[in-house]
This record gives sequence, C-alpha cells and structure tokens, in this order.
Amino acid sequence: MDATTTSPAERVSAPPIHRRTPPGVWMKKNLFSNWYNSVLTVVFGALILWVIYALIKYLIGVDTEIIRVNLRLYMAGRFPSEQLGRLWGAIYVATATVAFFARATVRNAQMKATEAGLDFERSDWTDVVRRFWPIAALILFTLSFTETITPTLLTLVAAAIGLAAYWLGGMMPTWLIRRSWLILVAGLVGFYAVLVAFGGVGWDLWQGFFVNIVITVAGISLAFPLGLMLALGRRSTLPAVRVLSVTYIEFLRGVPMITLLLMGAFALGFLIPGDFQFSLFLRLLIAITLFQSAYIAEVVRGGLQSVPKGQVEAAQSVGLSPWKTMRLVVLPQALRNVIPAMVGQFISLFKDTTLVFIVGLLDLLRAVQISTAQPEFFAQGLEAVVLPFAALYFWVGSFVMSRESRRLEKKLGVGTR
Amino acid sequence: MTATDTSKVKRPPFWRNIRVIRVALQILAVVVVVGAFLYLGNNLRNELIAKNLPTDFSFLSQPTGVTIADSDFDPASPVWRALVAGIKNTFLLVIVGIPFLTILGTLIGVARLSTNWLVAKAAMVYVETLRNIPPLLIILFVFNAVILQLPPPRDPATPLDWFVISNLKITGPWVVASAGAGALLIIAVIALAAAAIVAVWRTRYSEQTGQHSHRALWGLGVFAVIVIIGYFITGRPVAISFPVLDGRVITGGFGGLGAYFAVLIALVMYTASHVAEIVRGSIQAVPKGQTEAANAIALSGFQRLRYVILPQAFRIALPPIINQYLNFAKNTSLAIAIGYAEITLITFQTIGNGYPAPQLILLLMGAYLIFSLTISLFVNILNRRLQLVGN
Repeated sequence: MDATTTSPAERVSAPPIHRRTPPGVWMKKNLFSNWYNSVLTVVFGALILWVIYALIKYLIGVDTEIIRVNLRLYMAGRFPSEQLGRLWGAIYVATATVAFFARATVRNAQMKATEAGLDFERSDWTDVVRRFWPIAALILFTLSFTETITPTLLTLVAAAIGLAAYWLGGMMPTWLIRRSWLILVAGLVGFYAVLVAFGGVGWDLWQGFFVNIVITVAGISLAFPLGLMLALGRRSTLPAVRVLSVTYIEFLRGVPMITLLLMGAFALGFLIPGDFQFSLFLRLLIAITLFQSAYIAEVVRGGLQSVPKGQVEAAQSVGLSPWKTMRLVVLPQALRNVIPAMVGQFISLFKDTTLVFIVGLLDLLRAVQISTAQPEFFAQGLEAVVLPFAALYFWVGSFVMSRESRRLEKKLGVGTR
Repeated sequence: MTATDTSKVKRPPFWRNIRVIRVALQILAVVVVVGAFLYLGNNLRNELIAKNLPTDFSFLSQPTGVTIADSDFDPASPVWRALVAGIKNTFLLVIVGIPFLTILGTLIGVARLSTNWLVAKAAMVYVETLRNIPPLLIILFVFNAVILQLPPPRDPATPLDWFVISNLKITGPWVVASAGAGALLIIAVIALAAAAIVAVWRTRYSEQTGQHSHRALWGLGVFAVIVIIGYFITGRPVAISFPVLDGRVITGGFGGLGAYFAVLIALVMYTASHVAEIVRGSIQAVPKGQTEAANAIALSGFQRLRYVILPQAFRIALPPIINQYLNFAKNTSLAIAIGYAEITLITFQTIGNGYPAPQLILLLMGAYLIFSLTISLFVNILNRRLQLVGN
C-alpha cells in the first residue's frame, strides 16, 4: 500500500476490498495445503461420496408402505378413531395459544420499549420462517405419507387458526398483555378440556409422538420451578435446607433415569394407599419431573454462582427485600447466563421421553417397534426404515431448540455486557 | 441522646426475630421431609404386607428364576447372585466402552478443528447428527438394523477364519493360558518394573546430556525382550485360541452377544459425539497466544499440539469428560430395551418373577449411586490437583 499518498483517516474510511477467492486457491488452502491434508481429503472424499451414494441408493429403493399404513399409530398411538376429532381440536387449541401468547410477548416487549423510550426492532415473517422452517418441513414431510387429503386440510385449518389468533392478538387489551401467563393457563385448560371433558380420552390413551411432546412440555414446565427451588435451597444459608437439597440433587443425579421410571411404574403404587392409585402416564410424568429437576437445579446453581456478589450487595443497599433481590436482580442474570445449558437439559429431557416405552407407555419409539412386528411387515429389516424416520422427529426438535437457544443468547447479549 | 436504658428498648416479638425464624424454618423443613418419609414408609409396609410380599431383604437368598443368555448362570441360584452377575455385565460394557469412546471422541473433536475443510465438515455432521438423537433409538437401530442383519447362527460368517460372526454372537481370537502362565505373569510384572527403571534412567540421561531420551522405545524394547525370553523359558504357556465352528457350537476364542455389541457400538458413538464437543471446546479455550508462542519458537504442528496445546486443554476437558463417562455408565441401563442382561434388566426380570419391586429398585439405585459418588469424589480430588497453582 502506498502510505505516503493516503492519510490514515482516508485509509480507515476506504471500503474494505472484497476479493472473491478463486475456487482453485480455496481448494489449495482448505483441502490440499500439504501432503497429509491431501491424503485426508482424498480418503474422506471417497468415504463421503460412498456414503452419499449408499444413502441415495437406499432412499430410492426404500419402501415406505409401512410408514403410510402406520402413520396414525406413530403420531397418536391407539387413540380411539371416533375421538380423533378431539385430538385435532387439542392441536388447534395449542396452536391458537402459542400464536396468541407470541403476539402478547411481542406487544409486551414493544410496550416496555416505548415506556423506556427505546427503539423496538420488530422481526418480520421471514425471520419466523428462517427460525422454524425445519418444523414446517417436518410437518409437510409427515403429511406426504398420509393416505387421504383430510389430514392435510385439517393442518391447513390449524395454520389458519394460528394466523387468525396472531391477528386477533393485536386487539388484546393491555391488562391481558401484562398478564400473558393467563393465556397459557387458559390454553392448558382448553387443551385438557377438549381432549378429556364429556366422555373424552383420558391421558392413559395419549400415545405416539403426541405423548412424547406432552411429556416434554409438561416435564419442562413442572421440573423447572422445582429445580429452581432446589437450586435456591442448595444456596440457602439454612444448613438443614441445604443438606436436604444437596442430598436430593446428588441422589437423583447419581442414578440412571430408567431406575426412576421403574420406580414410577412398579414401586410408586406401593407408596400410596391402595384405594387411591393413579395412571401410568401420571406416575411416569412424576418420575421424569423429579429426575430432571435435579439436573435443572444444577444448571441454575451454575447461573447463581456466576452473578457477582456486588449485584446482591447493590440490591440490598437500595433496600430491596431478599425476595425482590432474588427475583429482580439475581435470577434474571443467573438464568440468562445459563441459557445454553438449560436448553441442553430440555433437549435431553425431550430425548429421554423415549425411555417411557421400556415401562410400557406407547410412545413414538414403541409404536415404531410395534409396526415392525405386524404380520405384513415382520422380519423384513424395516427397522432400517422406521427408526431413522422416528429419529428425524427428535432430531428436528432438538435442532430447533438448540438453534433457538443460540439466538436467544445472542439477543440477550450474554458475554458481551 | 444520652445513655438509654437498654432494658426499655423494645425488642421485636419473637416471631419476627431472624434467629427464631431461621431455626423454625429448618425444623419445619426437616419435619415435613421426615414426616413424608414416615408416611410413605408406613404405606409401603402396609401395601407389601397386603400383597403378601416380604418387607425386608430376606428374599435375596431365594432362587431367582432368571436366565442369563450365553452364560452358565443357574436360574436356581439366589437373587443376589443374579444381581452380581448383572453388575459384572454392566462393568463389561463400561470398561470396554470408555477407551473406545475416549479415542473416537478425541479424534472427532480434533477433526472438527482441522484446517482441512472436508474433515472439519464431516466431523461436524457426525456430532450434530448423533447428539440430537435419543441414545435409546441409536441402540435399537444398531441392534435391529445392523447386528440382527448379520448371518443367522446356523450359517455364520467366518472372515479370515479368525472370527465367527452371527447375529446372536460375535466371537474372535483370544489368548488362553495353560500351566506356567502364572510364572509368565510374574515375569511380565518384573519386565514392567525393569522397563520403568530403564525409562527413568533414559529420562535422567536426556536431562543431563540434552540428547533425545526415546524412553518409550527403550522401555518397550526392554519389556518385549524380557517377556519373549520368559515366554519360551516357561514353556510357551499362552496360546492364541481361534474360534472353531462345529455345527452350531462354537468352541475356543472369546465372544460377546450381539446385544452386547449393539449397546457398546451405539453408546460409544453417541457419547463420542459429546466428548468431541468437550475436546473441541477445551482446545479452543486454550489462549491463542499459546499457539502463537509455540509458532514463535518454531515448534512443528505436532510438537505444538503435544507439548503446548493438549496438556492445557486436557486440564480443562478432564472433569466434563469424566462426567460423560458417568453418563455412559448410566446409559448402559438402556440395554434393557434389547435384552442384554446387565443389572437393570436382571432387576426388571426379578421383579417380574414376583419379588418386591421397592426393595429391588432401591438396591439398583444404590448400586449406581455408589458407583457415581465414587467417581464424583475422584473428580473432585482430581479437580483440586489440576487447579493451576496461584489460581
């Protein structure tokens, strides 16, 4: 560079030079920089080409008859067919609740930003598509296996309801926006009522991938508050509370989840008087909640430890009560700092819901196994078809969750302020 | 204000005294927990008696009725023997799995940081795929879609005549010892000691003269020479036994059930994806200045990794990796889904044979708990040792 004719200021303001790397140079740099890299590239390239070839050959030859026949079994298990309308109704309620709640959250943030005199950056629909396209793709993929047009139409209705709820959310009164948790409670009640009320289907018959989702959502919403309390208990200044919390956490973290499920399935009945028994679904949900809360407690504890002591002292010096110090100062920072670990824990809960099939709940994995034992599909090696199919659902769910966590982390500026 | 009469200072009522509140809260917590335990314990007792089940652990000496595939376990043996056999099988998974998952995980973790674009992307795809799939599903897939697709036991594959592979069992060559093997073992121990001494001597030599120590080479050489001489002196007590197929019976060699290999392969692949992320994170956590300093003193790429980066990354990675070992050990309980007779499946079957579930599950949890807490203790000690001095 000719430094004598350009002043430093000019050099700074000059736009950076974009030079497109020619493919040859790029390959030389990234694939063939020295002899062993070249060997690696050739070997790995051959291996990858072979895998792709095998995969394409497999995908062309694969017979998806088993999926088409059993799609309802996979998604809803043995939900009574004459009651399927209730399941769709529940899906509609859930869609509407999520859309309504999303709008409330957006408007709440907008209101707070206006009050504080800050700019509010509104995300447009392309952003939503970019974030959730894997789920949309998975739904389309699922619909491609249906035998009639009805499920597709019903899904379109769900999409319409979601959009309508989002639009209606624009007219939400201010008091509801400030108490958006009311929407969730109403949605939950509605969801349960649509499924169960007036001779509906109790949760003993909630099966298939539906039950995986229900257990994940319910498990997260129940285990999170419990874990939070345990974490606070572990950091408590009261020795007795601390010892109880530590014992609980370390005990549950030391055993595999399947032992908890065995406990839920076979031993919990012994702990409750004979005339008051509850269903397998509920017992397993209790077991999963107890188990996951111990892990969530450890994640929260990590967050609590990451909040500098000065924050607590500052809160005390402005006269906040211990409860307000925790709720307004410590917890928001603590939880923000552990978003990736927390979501990682949620993902692990989602994956662990498959374990319920070992103790007899018919979840997606169990449904897949049942289908390969049917006479017309028995012993044809169809596990190689249906297990990857089931894996796709868990993969997409986990993938979207972990990407959302990274987005949230970035948005909240963890590590940058 | 002058001296106040302290006796006239109005003390807050006792229910607002922080000391009283603290004690009261703790007593309340303990009472609630103990009360809940007593209540549940009482229920448990009543229910067990109502169902005609024992309320203690005396059933452990009664016959189990559990059969364990591919072993000479007698179903008439007492329950505790079956549980011990299950623990043994669990350990067989853990001990074989840990070295493999460490090596695979480290390789993939390093590969993710490779300057070779293709290698880095392939490693990324591996990690992102396996990490987001339930381990149970991977086990079922490996078992059903790989192991069970092997040839049936009546017509197994025999590659190189070294292995006998069927979907029931996989057998490979193994060493068998005859008389005199004990003597050879003693010689091997002596050889190990000699090798250690030689290695120490070479290290000193290197420190004094500045020459290359080649201590690994020297140690290995000394060990090999002594053991080979000993092998012939003791009359060749150790031989390699190849599995021989005779009808459907396999004699010789050493093998494991297909289910064993399915769990092993699936969990090693799954856990390796987590270990890879830890390895990558730890290497990236080593300050960049270290790499630059290593380059500045002209270390080669290998030397930079071996002497500068990896020792520091190791210290960061060790606690989370041991955590993954624990997860691996706990995940072996998923073998129950494909019927490999580890401790969880044995417990499950024993419950099915009419023995009381609460006690058996408590024992099962206790076994895992002892194992986990021992490892945790070890990690804590290690953590303290690995802390940088002055940190």
